[in-house]
Amino acid sequence: MKKLLFALASTVAVLGFTAAASAQDKAKICFMYVGSHTDGGYSQAHDLGRLDLEKALGDKIETQFLENVPEGPDAERALERLARSGCNLIFSTSFGFMDATVKIAEKFPDVKFEHATGYKSGPNLANYNSRFYEGRYIQGQIAAKVSKTGVAGYIASFPIPEVVMGINAFVVGARSVNPDFKIKVVWANTWFDPGKEADAAKALIDQGVDILTQHTDTTAPMQVAAERGAKAFGQASDMIKAGPETQLTAIVDTWGTYYIKRTQLLLDGKWETASSWDGLKDGILKMAPYTNMPDDVKKMAEETEAKIKSGELKPFTGPLKKQDGSEWLAAGVSSDDGTLLGMNFYVEGVDDKLPQ
Amino acid sequence: MRIELEKRPKVSVLFSIFSPFIALALTLIAGAIMFFLLGKDPGYALYSFFIEPLTEVWSLHELAIKAGPLILIAVGLSVCYRSNNWNIGAEGQFIMGAIAGSILPVVFYEWQSPLVLPLMLLLGMLGGALFAGIPAFLKAHLNTNEILTSLMLVYVAQLFLDWLVRGPWRNPGGLNFPETRTFAADAILPEMVASGRAHWGFAFAIIAAVLIWLMMRFTLKGFEITVLGQSERAGRFAGFSSRKMIWFSMLLSGALAGLAGISEVSGAIQQLRPVISPGYGFTAIIVAFLGRLNPLGIVASGLVLALTYLGGEAAQLSLGVSDKVTRVFQGLLLFFVLSCDTLIHYKIRMVWADLTDTVKDGGAN
Amino acid sequence: MGIVEAILLTVITAATPLVIAALGELVTERSGVLNLGVEGMMIIGAVCAFVATQQTGSPYIGIIAGTVSGALFSLLFGFLTLTLVANQVATGLALTILGLGVSGMIGEPYSGQSGAKLPQIVFPFLSDIPYLGPLLFKQDLIFYLSIVLIFAVNWFLFKTRTGLMLRSVGDSHSSAHALGINVIRTRYLAVLFGGACAGLAGAQFSLVYTPQWTENMSAGRGWIALALVVFASWRPWRVVIGGYLFGAVSISQLHAQAFGIGIPSQFLSALPYLATVAVLIVISHNRRTTLINTPASLGKSFVPDR
Repeated sequence: MKKLLFALASTVAVLGFTAAASAQDKAKICFMYVGSHTDGGYSQAHDLGRLDLEKALGDKIETQFLENVPEGPDAERALERLARSGCNLIFSTSFGFMDATVKIAEKFPDVKFEHATGYKSGPNLANYNSRFYEGRYIQGQIAAKVSKTGVAGYIASFPIPEVVMGINAFVVGARSVNPDFKIKVVWANTWFDPGKEADAAKALIDQGVDILTQHTDTTAPMQVAAERGAKAFGQASDMIKAGPETQLTAIVDTWGTYYIKRTQLLLDGKWETASSWDGLKDGILKMAPYTNMPDDVKKMAEETEAKIKSGELKPFTGPLKKQDGSEWLAAGVSSDDGTLLGMNFYVEGVDDKLPQ
Repeated sequence: MRIELEKRPKVSVLFSIFSPFIALALTLIAGAIMFFLLGKDPGYALYSFFIEPLTEVWSLHELAIKAGPLILIAVGLSVCYRSNNWNIGAEGQFIMGAIAGSILPVVFYEWQSPLVLPLMLLLGMLGGALFAGIPAFLKAHLNTNEILTSLMLVYVAQLFLDWLVRGPWRNPGGLNFPETRTFAADAILPEMVASGRAHWGFAFAIIAAVLIWLMMRFTLKGFEITVLGQSERAGRFAGFSSRKMIWFSMLLSGALAGLAGISEVSGAIQQLRPVISPGYGFTAIIVAFLGRLNPLGIVASGLVLALTYLGGEAAQLSLGVSDKVTRVFQGLLLFFVLSCDTLIHYKIRMVWADLTDTVKDGGAN
Repeated sequence: MGIVEAILLTVITAATPLVIAALGELVTERSGVLNLGVEGMMIIGAVCAFVATQQTGSPYIGIIAGTVSGALFSLLFGFLTLTLVANQVATGLALTILGLGVSGMIGEPYSGQSGAKLPQIVFPFLSDIPYLGPLLFKQDLIFYLSIVLIFAVNWFLFKTRTGLMLRSVGDSHSSAHALGINVIRTRYLAVLFGGACAGLAGAQFSLVYTPQWTENMSAGRGWIALALVVFASWRPWRVVIGGYLFGAVSISQLHAQAFGIGIPSQFLSALPYLATVAVLIVISHNRRTTLINTPASLGKSFVPDR
């Protein structure tokens, strides 16, 4: 059967085989996404970064991407295909791609790899991440000012350190304004299920929450908040269209700045492995315009943002207690990055038991 | 116009052989039209899909990695379906097999011995079989529909795995990320040949396919499966127990799905993660039917389906088409194969007569 | 609005698409056809409803587009399984794969947009009834349609001659054929009805549940609808009970979390599925009642002798 398969397909191939060669002298920058490039959330944010890169350096590079790549052996295969297809620099954009990226990076020492949100690196493998928690701290402060009930709702995806860090930053921020502020957490156990996210949002609002924030990817919670007259924060991209009178601000992932920086280094022959964890000051995340809030709150948010950018304020700075009341950070001490990256405990004020 | 089928006196050998090729030809034509409409070069697109992945050694290894679990699961399912037991929860049995097999390298990671790997494989089969035993028990003794119970249990298995790798089995040295410790060398299923990373899971799949084919063809058990599948009553007259058959077929397919699970984890992933299968258990159902529930046919259909996944990625890169195009293309292929198989058992006639005589009776509205 | 009413409202929104799709599939299965492609037809309905709404500005045209597209898509299934007697299980699965792919292609330019929500239709006076009013008489058109559907399907299947014919086709296609009933035509219509219902359920996702289009937004709910049909042992009213029960369990696990009870969320998320299995066991324990309601020809192909 296979012989005929060959014969059939190659006939067709010969008949129509024309344009395949591409400009070889341009550097090829490749991306691998875990979701669809139009998912409206995480993967799309990376794809927008890719487009920014094309806009900035389009005459010197070309880009390609593979989308909806499942984690595991499929990721390994997809990366190998990218490496073999002549990519010079490959951005592997999901945490779950980490081990696959390590293996393929060892196999292709001449190709450069960059892995997002992980912690492993090698001579030709860098990793990068964004300090989303800086934005969450600002959101917490805004929530504490704007909320009338004193309780915010948090729609979380999966209990990984990244998400726990976000919850903690939000609470620390809120409690810096109102020490009695509380949050309720619902784990949706999905990154992407608009129906379930909407249900979680309704459940939280029904239980007396008037501010929603989310660490899942769709705009469904924003729509629910708009419908129920609550306020909400956008995630990954500016979601103002889903809630023109609802969104207070949003953490906007702007990976493009990082992609341009690293590609430029590659073009200059100066690319080196690194572990970078950029924040607001580097422009890897931005705050969407502060809207639907009183001017004094807006002013406070802008001031906090400026302080974080200048380095004057670090969100995780003591005195801070863990959820059980034990001391975590003494007054004036800031947390080290290692603790944050492996965060598996709540700070005081979270009304939830961390899934272990 | 109306299409009429006429049953052939016996199965057409000619069409048994040629129907897949007719289907393929139709798929190629439909695919060419689709790519043309999308503004892509159809010839190059089809080349990327079907030929390019076969031209390089590394890619052939990847084909074996992708096809292995599909074939292994589908072969077990074919026994189920032939005996009229509709196990559609292979995905869950795959996961539970992977979990059971991983007990050794994750919990007893200090124990190192050449026995680890064989025991893991056995545990994997046991785990898959036990999990398939739940719907089997419910069907055999409580008369509960197995389609649904097996499907519902998939979600339970997925969430159980999720809880394990985030909780009790989390790698203590992994910065709290949701994954178990990586398996020690003893617990890793080795590669078959040095030229690439295809592991022994593919060999297991081929061996299982041949064994089950022999069983179906030459043993009384095979006859029993076929008879009970065609008519439970006839089977009872022949002295076969449909209750025992439920147990046999479900446990067998569960064990093979479990073996696929532990092979995948031990050979390809080498640790447990929240998600270890991109839907192998569901895709295998299609593989089983594309192979016409014949174990050797399943080997072929598993390879073809795996090829479309690889080809889809190749096409994304070389043509810049989105992966939705891949899924549409897969869907088309399935539809053509399924409809062309009609030719094996039936002659197709176009009838141009008027429809008046058929419109009289009622129907749903 | 009290918290109980609020929770019930959420449950209704979550259960409505399940009930609609399951009722459609129930009619299909009663005619002896097992269409596992509900998820695929649903997602096609969702994307077509959304695109039509965005194009015309009218969610009511969206409802029609969703329903019609679901029916048309099911025709593909009908052609393969009824005319070409392909295997129903495999064809249904293939329909789901194709549906997810096609919907992704159609919806690509629309992803990330927020759509108009289907407006509520308020019944004067009735909506003022305490408790019940806001739940039952201050809803959208699709909810009212779902209620009509429940009664209509029940009446059609058990009170009309055509319904009786449909059931007889499902119970024994050869006897029905011998009685002069056109089996294939009946099944085609039943498949179309199932497709239309799945499409309408899909429209509920993209117009009411979450007024937006995102790829794969049905997220496995088509499979739940399929489970409900068997769970209900092919009785319309039990589909309704099952649908609302499933909705209630999935919503209450979210509320349980928000209350902060310390059970791992994965166990709570698994609850609806375990509950379904448990109820299935209880219902099917009595072999006789199950057998009476199960369409005996379910999943079997029929070729008329000529």
